[in-house]
Parts: sequence; structure tokens; C-alpha cells
Amino acid sequence: MISPAELTWTLPHIVAGVMVLSLNAYVLLGGADFGGGVWDFFARGDRKDEQRALIAEAIGPIWEANHVWLILVVVLLFSCFPKAFAHLATELHVPLTIMLVGVVLRGSAFTFRTYDSKRDTVQRRWGRVFSIASLLTPIVLGVCLGAIAAGAVPMRDPATAASLSFMDRFVHPWFASPFPWAVGVLTLLLFAFLAASYLTLEAPEGPLREVFRRRAQQSQLALLITAATTLVVARAEDPRLFEGLTQGHTALAMHAVTACAAAASLWALANRRFQIARFAAAAQATFILWGWAWTQFPWLIPPDHTITMLAAPRITLQLILSALGVGTVILLPSFVYLFRVFKRGETVFDADQG
Amino acid sequence: MMSDLMFARSQMAMSLAFHIVFAVVGIGMPALMVIAEWRWLRTRDAVMLELAKRWAKGTAILFAVGAVSGTVLSFELGLLWPTFMEHAGAVIGMPFSLEGFAFFTEAIFLGIYLYAWKRIPPRAHLAAGVVVAFSGALSGAFVVCANAWMNAPAGFEMVNGQVTNVDPLAAMFNAAAPAQVVHMTLAAYAATAFAVAGIHAFALWRGTLHRAFHRAALQIALVIGLPAALLQPLSGDWSARDVAVRQPVKLAAMEGHLRTGPAAFVIGGWPNGQTLEHTGAIEIPGALSFLLHGDPNAVIPGVDSVPAEDRPPLGIVHLAFQIMIGCGSVMAALSLFGVYRWWQRRRGRGVPLPDDRRFLVAIMLTAPLGFIALEAGWTVTEVGRQPWIVQGVMRTAEAVTPMPGLGVTFALFTVLYIGLAVAVVFLLWRQILKTGVTPVPLGVTSELPLPSRVTGGSPITKP
Repeated sequence: MISPAELTWTLPHIVAGVMVLSLNAYVLLGGADFGGGVWDFFARGDRKDEQRALIAEAIGPIWEANHVWLILVVVLLFSCFPKAFAHLATELHVPLTIMLVGVVLRGSAFTFRTYDSKRDTVQRRWGRVFSIASLLTPIVLGVCLGAIAAGAVPMRDPATAASLSFMDRFVHPWFASPFPWAVGVLTLLLFAFLAASYLTLEAPEGPLREVFRRRAQQSQLALLITAATTLVVARAEDPRLFEGLTQGHTALAMHAVTACAAAASLWALANRRFQIARFAAAAQATFILWGWAWTQFPWLIPPDHTITMLAAPRITLQLILSALGVGTVILLPSFVYLFRVFKRGETVFDADQG
Repeated sequence: MMSDLMFARSQMAMSLAFHIVFAVVGIGMPALMVIAEWRWLRTRDAVMLELAKRWAKGTAILFAVGAVSGTVLSFELGLLWPTFMEHAGAVIGMPFSLEGFAFFTEAIFLGIYLYAWKRIPPRAHLAAGVVVAFSGALSGAFVVCANAWMNAPAGFEMVNGQVTNVDPLAAMFNAAAPAQVVHMTLAAYAATAFAVAGIHAFALWRGTLHRAFHRAALQIALVIGLPAALLQPLSGDWSARDVAVRQPVKLAAMEGHLRTGPAAFVIGGWPNGQTLEHTGAIEIPGALSFLLHGDPNAVIPGVDSVPAEDRPPLGIVHLAFQIMIGCGSVMAALSLFGVYRWWQRRRGRGVPLPDDRRFLVAIMLTAPLGFIALEAGWTVTEVGRQPWIVQGVMRTAEAVTPMPGLGVTFALFTVLYIGLAVAVVFLLWRQILKTGVTPVPLGVTSELPLPSRVTGGSPITKP
């Protein structure tokens, strides 16, 4: 199926790898922020205000920085694979628009809630908008990725594309089959699971931490069930995709390490080893994402357009990779600094004492 | 009934008009807050610290909306103009990638600036603010480079409808970029500073318990705003000369110069696209020719130099251009007056500007002009380029998505943006009220420490 020439690593593949890498960062950081919103939505019981406060505190300083990873993916896609970007933005116009509305509402509602000085009903409404948007956006993001992976948005010649009805072209590919939706739910659960796992560490010792420990366990179970369901759906819907997901040493190895990470996370949560739980959760999410990337490789727009076919001219890729290199040299230390500043103890310097 | 193309253009215009306000604030506000914090470190005047914190809060709200509306735009490039992106992506991806990094840096250090007042040493905190201000200005410059490319396309060749010989660096450093970047950056500082100055001038004019706070704020805003507004006409002149060379039809539409020949300077009026006549305009014969070439008889190509299907909508472009230079002139004139008064004051005459009630009123009235000029200016550059999305290379109609029913997404985003705008205004107003801009606090208690004259207790300025 794949000719050996396709498997040689070239410049386009490196750029595609960088895109998966920044998507990975987005899942681990931005995804967890969405997950925080999910748990804000499901905050129940006497401690629901405490839960919400903890979530807000964890998201607060860094959500905008986390959000930029998504922009980076988009920018890389349109600079380095402009044909793919134009195609996806056209065919997935509807879900992408819904996702954008979610992104806008999530980000602005969170900020409005944080900076709205009065603790009143207006603020509670912002909180509601924030949590609902956090719930919907990951599902739609997953639906888009699932539809691409399933080859439901193939590149057609313009005449064929134009002859399709509105529903057949712009709605059915992502809406009508269960696989994209399974991936959507999987994405949501993954984000919620990540957030809960991280929050066990952010929470102080005691009942609040226990709440998020239980949430992490519950979402992990739901995640595993959904993952299995997704495989079943893939098998029924699209044998080729299922083959990619289950055959070959690399695919199986990916499943094995993902399973190990899941097991480690369950063990760590059960034994209250929260550092390990967080690490295992991040590893699990990473393996799932790279597993998907590997399944789709070398196709950028399945079923018949590869990464190499859709790449921009070499000079563009070279320049953008150099820019990425320089950018990383600046960004990486900045990020390390950001996380060190906020994961260290409180009140070192009191500006007011000057 | 509007066509899908018109809906797409309207949605893009609305998204840009909305985003530009927040993008500009993200450039201007950090500069203000950094100056306030620097003054605090120098003088230990607690008012300065309070000011830096207040401005930082305002910046945070606006920056978040800027971040999400910017995300919308990056998607909309593809959602609305896929054919444009398909061809242009590889050519102008470079400035967008760099902008991504600049924005990333800005977001990281703004997070540090906002939340780490007590976590890092004061100098490191100030440095974080400087990084925010610098990377904010830089990211604006990169995006303007990409826009300038649409006005002065470079760094590629079109062969049989396909882009070849791509040179992203030549595209990024296109001929229109320098003038546009300077014009936009100055506009960002002038618009933000004048708006901020207006708010604090209002507080001083109404009378406030926190005079020292609002005086300091007004002074810092003027330090940024007055020079920017004074330099802007010069940069505008540079821009116009640039446009005259590269986009003569855009210039003709801006200036209302309808027929090729010696050009008058046309003030006001509404051009008729059919007859190529003005109604209700005041004309200064030869003035535009003189401005561009130093010769009142120099021949300038008019709108009639291209066929009708290659002309932009004349009325909107001319009107927007007039609004922009009108606002800019008022701001520059007030700045000149302000600088004169400041110079007088240094020589020991007159009262300080914040104590001059007539000056306060003037600042309050000019406060919105910077943003009006900004929106008008973007209307000029974008509508003035029509019917081209890339000047002379691709028409906007060729670039639009085949997706039907764009009226629905247009309506959706209209509602979304109106909602956001209302929310932002409401929130900022609450923030501003807390600084005691009105003597009657309208149900919101001021959070600022009251000065000693009122409380009789500790003075607001610590030694």
C-alpha cells in the first residue's frame, strides 16, 4: 500500500512532525484547560465553589500561552501545506465555525469571569458560558480530526466537488457517520482526564484532592471504554482505517505503550502517587496522539493525498523551519520560566513593601 | 439580497474591525503600564504602582479578547478565502509564523506580568513588562507586513494560475511594508494613549478623590500619545506617496481624484462612480499634485485610468480617507498645543496640563478619534484595494469559498461580536469606576486607598 519512497523522511515530513508536536503541546496544555472547564461544569456538592476556584487558579496565568499552540498548528498548516488548509477550511467550514465560536466563548467568558469584580449572578453566568463552551469545543475538534482520519473529507476535483449537494459536501462527511463523533467524545474525555490528573497535584491535601482523584479515575475508565468503542466503530465503518490502527509492529507497539501508561495512571491514582499519575496521564495522551499520527502517515488528507504531495515549495519549508528553530530558542526558556514562576511557592517578593 | 461574496467580505471586515481594536490595545497598553512601573521603581510613588496594576488588569481583559478574535481571523483566512490561502499561504506564511512566536512571547510574559507581582524580583517583573510591550509591537509589525504584501505583492511568479519561484523573504520585506508598519505602529500608540488619556481627563474634570492617581495616568498617556499623534501626519504622507506609486487607483479613490490630470485636493463631497463627478466637494486646485510632486500641474492618474471593473467603491474609500485625516489632524493639532503648553510650563509659565480644564475637555472630546481614524484607515487600505485581494494578481471574487449560505455565519459572528463588545465595555466600565472616576461611586466602591486629605490617615504616597 505504501511505496518505500514515501517512507523516506523529507522536509515536509519534518514540518508535519512539528505540527503533531505542537498539537501534542496543545492537547497537554490547552486540552487540560478545556478539561478544567468540563470539571467546572460538573462541579457538584458542598465543595463546588472550592473546586471552581482551584480550576480557575490553575488555568489563570497560562491559558493564553497554551492557546497559542493551536494558532501555531493553523499557521504551519497554511504556510507549509496551503492546499490542505484551503481544502479543510472549505469542506469542514461548518464544524470549524462551531469550534471557533466555542474557542471565542471559552476564552472570553473565562477572562470576564476572572476580572469581573463583583461576585454576583453575572459572574455565575460567565462561568456557565465558560464551562459549556469547554464541553463543546473539544468534541467538535475531535469530530474534525476524526473525519479527516477516516478519509471522509477527500480532495476531489473541483467539478465533482461542485456537483455535490450542500448536505453531501459540507455536512454528511463529519456529521453522518459515528466514527468522527466517537473521536470527538474521546477527545473530550481525554481532556477531562488530563485536567483531573493535573488537578490532583494542584489541589491541597484533603477532600478537594480526593474529589479530583475520583474524577481522574472515572474519566480514565470512560476514556478506555470510549477508546475500545472507537476501535469497534472504525472496524465497522472503515476497514482500512481499522487496519491502520491495528496492524503493523509500530501500531501495536503504540497501543502497548498507551496501555502501559493507562495502567500506570490507574495504579498511581489508586496509591495516591500524584506526580506519577500526572506524568502517566500526559504520556497516555501523547501516545494516543502519536498513534493517530502514525496511523495516518504518510497521508495528510486521506485517502489519497500524502504529506509530500501537498507540501509548499522547499524554500518556504526551510525558512519556516529556521524560524521555528529561532523561535524555540526564545520560547523554550520563556516557558520554563513561566512554569517555574507559577509552580513555586507563593509570596516571595511583596511589591507593596518595596 | 446580498451575495455570498458580500457576506464573506462583510464578515471579514467585521472580524478585522473588531480584532484591530484589541490588537492595538495589546500594543499600546503594555507601553503605558511599563512606564508606570518604571516610575514606581524610580520614585517609589505608590500611585505609580497602583496605576501599573490597574492598567495591567485592563490589558488582561482586552488581550484575552484580542487572542480569541485573532484566532478567529487565522481560521477565517481559510474559511472565507481558501483560494487566496491556497496560493498565498506558502508566500506569506513567514510573517504569520513569526507573528505566532511574537504573540506567544507576549502571552507568556503577560501571564508572568499579571500574576507574578509577588513571585519574582521587581526588576524581573519590569523586564517581563518590557518584553510584553516589545513583542506586542513586533507581532503587529509582522501582521502588517503580510497585509502590505497584498498591496505590493512580491516574492513569487504566477505561471498558468500556479504560484512558482517563491521567495518568502522578498514577500515579507515587500515594498509597501516599511511605510505601513510605521503608520500602523504609531496609530496603535496614538489611539490607545488618547483613549486612556480621555478616561483619566474625564475623572479629573468631574472631580475625584484620587487626583494624584488620575493626574499621573494622564501624564503618562500624554507622554506616549502626543509624540505619536505628532509624527503620524508625516508617516501618513510617506504612506500616501507609497500608494501613489504602487496603487495609483487606490490613491485616486482616496483623494477623490476622478479624472487623470493635475489633481486638486478634494475635501468632503461624494463621488459619483458613473459620471465621475463630485457632489458637494470643496476643491483646492493643484494641491494634491503639489503635495505629491511639488508641482501643481503634475499629472496624476485618476480613477478613470482603469476600466470600471477594476475600480474600488469610490464613495466609501474617499469618505473613510477623509475621516482618517480629519481625526488625525485634530489629534495632531491638539498635540502641538499640548507640547507648546508643556514647553511653556517648563519655562515657568501657565498651569500644568492636568489642571487646565479646557485642555481636559479637549482631550475627552478627542479620546475616541484615534480608534475612529484606525478603523477608517483600515477601510481605506482594504476597500481601496478592491476588486483585488492581491493587488493586480487575484480578485476577491476568485478567492471566496464555494460554501453557500455565508449569510448564516455572518449573522452568527455579528451576534457574537456584538455580545463580546457589550461585555467588554461593561467590564471595563466597572474596572474604571473602581478607580473613582466619579465622586458619586454609582454603587461601586472605589478600591483605591483614599488620600490623606479625606481619611486623615496614612498618606497615599509612601516615602
